Parts: sequence; C-alpha cells; structure tokens
Amino acid sequence: MNEERQKANKRTAGKLSLAAVAMVVFALFGLPALYTLICDLTGLGGRTGRIEKEQALAEKPDTTRLVKIEFDANVNADLPWEFRPLTRRVEVHPGEVTTVSYYAKNLSNRTIVGQAIPAVTPFKVAKYFNKTECFCFSQQKFGPGEDKEMPLRFIVDPDLPKNVNTITLSYTFFDTKQSGVEEEPAKAGNATPQ
Amino acid sequence: MSTAHAEHEHHGAPSGLSRWLFTTNHKDIGTLYLWFSFAMLLVGGSFAMVIRLELLQPGMQWVDPNFFNSMTTMHGLIMVFGAIMPAFVGLANWLIPMMIGAPDMALPRMNNWSFWILPFAGTMLLSTMFMDGGGPNFGWTFYAPLSTTYAPASTDFFIFAVHMLGFSSIMGSINVIATIMNMRAPGMTLMKMPLFVWTWLITAFLLIAVMPVLAGAVTMMLTDRNFGTSFFDAAGGGDPVLFQHVFWFFGHPEVYIMILPAFGVVSQIIPTFARKKLFGYSSMVYATASIAFLSFIVWAHHMFTVGMPVAGELFFMYATVLIAVPTGVKVFNWVATMWQGSMTFELPMKWALAFVILFTIGGFSGLMLGIAPVDFQYHDTYFVVAHFHYVLVTGALFSIIAAVYYWLPKWTGHMYSETLGNWHFWCSVIFVNITFFPQHFLGLAGMPRRIPDYNAAFADFNFMSSIGAFGFGLSQLLFLALIIKCIKGGEKATDEVWEGAEGLEWTIPSPAPYHTFAEAPEVK
Repeated sequence: MNEERQKANKRTAGKLSLAAVAMVVFALFGLPALYTLICDLTGLGGRTGRIEKEQALAEKPDTTRLVKIEFDANVNADLPWEFRPLTRRVEVHPGEVTTVSYYAKNLSNRTIVGQAIPAVTPFKVAKYFNKTECFCFSQQKFGPGEDKEMPLRFIVDPDLPKNVNTITLSYTFFDTKQSGVEEEPAKAGNATPQ
Repeated sequence: MSTAHAEHEHHGAPSGLSRWLFTTNHKDIGTLYLWFSFAMLLVGGSFAMVIRLELLQPGMQWVDPNFFNSMTTMHGLIMVFGAIMPAFVGLANWLIPMMIGAPDMALPRMNNWSFWILPFAGTMLLSTMFMDGGGPNFGWTFYAPLSTTYAPASTDFFIFAVHMLGFSSIMGSINVIATIMNMRAPGMTLMKMPLFVWTWLITAFLLIAVMPVLAGAVTMMLTDRNFGTSFFDAAGGGDPVLFQHVFWFFGHPEVYIMILPAFGVVSQIIPTFARKKLFGYSSMVYATASIAFLSFIVWAHHMFTVGMPVAGELFFMYATVLIAVPTGVKVFNWVATMWQGSMTFELPMKWALAFVILFTIGGFSGLMLGIAPVDFQYHDTYFVVAHFHYVLVTGALFSIIAAVYYWLPKWTGHMYSETLGNWHFWCSVIFVNITFFPQHFLGLAGMPRRIPDYNAAFADFNFMSSIGAFGFGLSQLLFLALIIKCIKGGEKATDEVWEGAEGLEWTIPSPAPYHTFAEAPEVK
C-alpha cells in the first residue's frame, strides 16, 4: 500500500473515530438532557411546573370558572411508608393560589429519605399546573416512626384550556436509598418482578 | 503499488493456528467472521429449539420460566449481534476489496482486532448463563427497570459484552468506509460500485451513528446499577421511558443495519441469473440512502402503547409508513430486473427469490404494525414475532445464505453439491413458513410473546410452529454438510462461475488467490 493512501486511510479512520466518540457523548449526556427538556417544555409524562410565589400572587383569579383538582398518593413497593392526601378533592378558580396538605408516616424503625415524583393527568394540562411550594421539591427525611403533614401550594394557570374541568395530581414516594442504614438490596438470584 | 513491494506480497497463506490469530488478510478475516457467525447461528438456533420445545404444548413441561426468559433473551442477542451482523461483516471483508479492485481492507491490523474481539464478547455473553441467578432474562431489548433494578447479577457481564460488540462493529465500519472511500481502483467511481458495496457503505455510516448510542444506553444501565445514578430510576428523578427512547434510537437503525446489506446481496444475484443489468441502479442507491435517513426518525413506533401525545403517534406512524416507498422501489426494481430476463434458477437465485417474496410478506406485516391505532392490538403479541422473523430470517438470513451459495465457488474453487443444496433450500423454505406463518394468527388471536405457557386455544398453531422450527433448525445442518463438502472438493469452478455474472470478483481465478489486485485493475 503506498504512503499516500495509508495517510488517507488513517485520516478517514481518525475522523470516523471522532464521530463515534461524539455519538457516545451525545447518547450519554445529550439524549437524557434532551428528553428532560422536551418533557418539561411539553408537560409529557405529567411533569408539573414550578413558579415563584410573587409571580403566582400576581395572577388574577378567573372567578367565572371552577376546576376540580383531585389528589392521589402512592408509595413505591420498596418504601415502608404510609402516604395519603388530607384533602381528596378541591374546586378552585384558575389563577387562585390554593394550599392543601399530604400526610406521610415512616412505618419502619429506620431513617429513610424519600422522594416524591409528581404526575398530572391529562398530560397536556401539566404545563398549566404550577406549584410554588411542594414537598416534592426536595428529598424528605423521616426518622423511625416519624410522621409529618406536608403542604403543597399550587396555582392553575388561567390559560387552562376551556374543555378541561378536572385535573388529577398524583404523587408516588420512592426510597432514595440514601439513608445509609439499610442493608444492600439483594441483586443476585432470580429477578422476581413484583 | 511499487513493483518491489508487489513481489514481496505474492506469497500464499501461512499455515497453522497463528495464520488465523495474526492474519491481516481480508479473505482470512472474512472467513473467520463467517465461521463465527455460523457457530453463533447454531448456538442461537439451539436456544430457539428450547423455546419451541417448551411451546410445543400448553402448560409448563421442560424449563422453568426464568430459564425460558433467558432463552428468549439470549436467542435474540446471539442472533442479532452474533449471527446476522458478523455474517454481513464477513461478506464485506471477503467481497468489498475484490469488488472495488483493492488489494485488502484499508486498515488490515484493525481488521484483525475487530474480529478477535468478537469471540471474547460472545463467550462472555454466553457465560452469563452459568452464573448465579442465571443469564439476562429481560428480553433482547433489555428495558429498564427489568434490566436495572430487577435484573440478575450477570447483567454486568452482559453490559460489558455489549460494549465489546460495539467496539468490534465500530472498528469494522470504520474499516469498510475507509476502504470504500480510499481504496477503489482507478475508474471505479461511486456510481459504478456494485450495489453490495453501496449498501455496505451506508450501513457502515448507520453503525457508526448508532452503535455508540447502544454503548451509551448500556453504560447508563451500568451506572444506574452500580454507581448510584438514576437515568432510568424515577426515585432519583430519572425515567424508565427514557431507556426505551434511547434503546430504539439505536434499535431502529439497527434493524436496517441488518437488512441493507441483504438488499445489496440480492441486487448482485438477481441480475446475474436474469442475465440483465440491474433495473434502476441509481434509484436503488437513493432508495437505500432514504431508508437509512428515515430509520432515524421512526424509533417511537416501537413505543406506541407506552404513552405519547396524538401528534407523536401521527408523526411516527406517517414516517414509518413512508419507509414503504423506498422499500417498494427496491422490490419493484428487483421484479423489473427479472422481467423478460432469461432466468435460470440456480441455488443462489432460488434463495434470492425466496428472499424477495418472503421479505415482502414481512414488510407488509410491518406496515400493519406501523399503523398506530391497530398496533395497540398487535403490540407484544406473536404477530410482532412473526413480523420480525419474516424480515430477519427469510430476509437477512436468507440473503446471507444466498450470498454463500453465490460466492462459495469463488471462495473454495469448487462447485457445491446441487442435490444437497436443493434439499437444503426446499426444506428451509417450507419449514420456515410452517414455523412463522401460524404465528401471525396466534398474534392476532392475542397470544403474548415471551411467555412460556399459553391458553389451550393456541395449542394447534403452536404445535405447527414448533414442528416447523425443529425442521428448519435441522435443515441448517445440511448447509453445514454442504459447505464442508464444498471446501474439501467437488467439481472445479470456472473463474466466472456463473454465466451471467458481472463484476471484478469474477475476473480473478477460482479459488480467489490469497492476494488479489496487488496491481489495481482497469475499470471501464
């Protein structure tokens, strides 16, 4: 093989390797970021919005209509907690700041850090459902047997599409596995989907 | 090529084991790839036999459900990454340099590497079956959280094996592209290249674009499992649906990686035995490129039932159905090539024709699956299994077999046994349809895939399918016998081998000498 051709081959190989490395970086960092961005922009997956208190108070309530908000709570199978909304359902005017509470209790005798993940249905209204204060904004640490009432302050955007009368807000609490006192979960052995 | 250098290169193959270990010869490496993939075909095929044995009758009879799950998983992984992909790389190694008049692949030493990673990756993947907790059992698509939170410990070995397979594929593709771009004989312009070379060029670009995405997906799995990240774990702010998007962003181009070279093979064979030039050469090139482009924007059609806005379902549905246009162009061109040709039906042609007909059936069931509203009925049923086996077995695998029959005389210097070959063809083509056609009906009736037991109502079609599978599996042993016989001896093959064959590879002696085109040929 002559020198010139060998050089060309090495150049091609170099360029293509760079392309491959760039695709790895894109897959590892670009794709998850893009996914989160698209979900946040469109409210896909029921991601709710977060706004500042001042901004929420500046909204003018639309007293001509009432929207029913339903609250739901779930606990992931790995988490030994009790978790429920103290209010099942409220009717609010869009643009009005409303506060409700959830109750959670750690039923185990160890300290557990949990994280609540919200989901709103229907998906398409997720971007109209904004919160100024929520226990889901941060991880919640519960000592053995500890219980708490946790506030949730939200506002429904007055631009909410006219045909939406009911919004369901659901939370699922997960174990963040960051308590440090629990034993390693068994990874070996047959996987038993639950 | 200097003459002094050429003098030195005119030696034969070295002998012994080290010939195969250290070889940088594209023909040797092609042979290694092809034998490796044949071995993997038999391994993956035996897993399929276990699956069909369990499904022969309703009820649980032979294996426990977890082992059944790892059989479906390993069957898929081995066939995709061990059998089909390496077989096409093997064909590329053997044929691309001979077709474009190059003395070897562009980067021969890297070529050796890309092959020799494979047996180690394959062994590591298979070794998971013997580990505590069993092998991967989450399906070849390894969706999170089945493959992260609930997976057996051996999954980390599976992840590393996939990394190695990815390395091998990417190095192989770099080599293919560098060879085609830089090593063509003078006068071999891009639009004069045989279609097999064209389809491989496009496939190699697809591989470089998406194998890294697969590597990224398994890396995220690895860190989720072992290093406390939560890409796919809702508890830490991640999302399991992200996994499906990343996987299918790789996975959909991947299915075209497995079929585009098949299109190339068939486009070589049909003109030879129809004794006509390929109809619509340039439209074939553009159709291949369009399919490759479209393959990047249709991935979510695998996820219609996961939850998506209507606009998304519509977009992915229309984009998917659009692929039927370039694919239709191809099928039209093959038929038009045969139209009024003086056709003869030697074995490569038989396999190529079976490919055209049966692959098209797979294409039609693909269209049905691509229609979002009805996909809700077919999703995760045997209809999907029937569809992708029609495109991968009677599509990709049949084209590989056709290619072997077509070029085997050139490789070995001998003609194969026509009788044995006819037995192989007719057994395969009958049994493969007995295996997979009833699965369409099972799927439409609602039988879910990847489940070891089923409602007694599905018993008859499952029995048929299993009998067909055993027959198809055994038929491939005839293929093995035929190849070994052909290597050992047989009627001497001429240089041209086939009466109507065109292309540089038919201008060199049979068997192809160890070094070819040390002097670049003249291309008119």
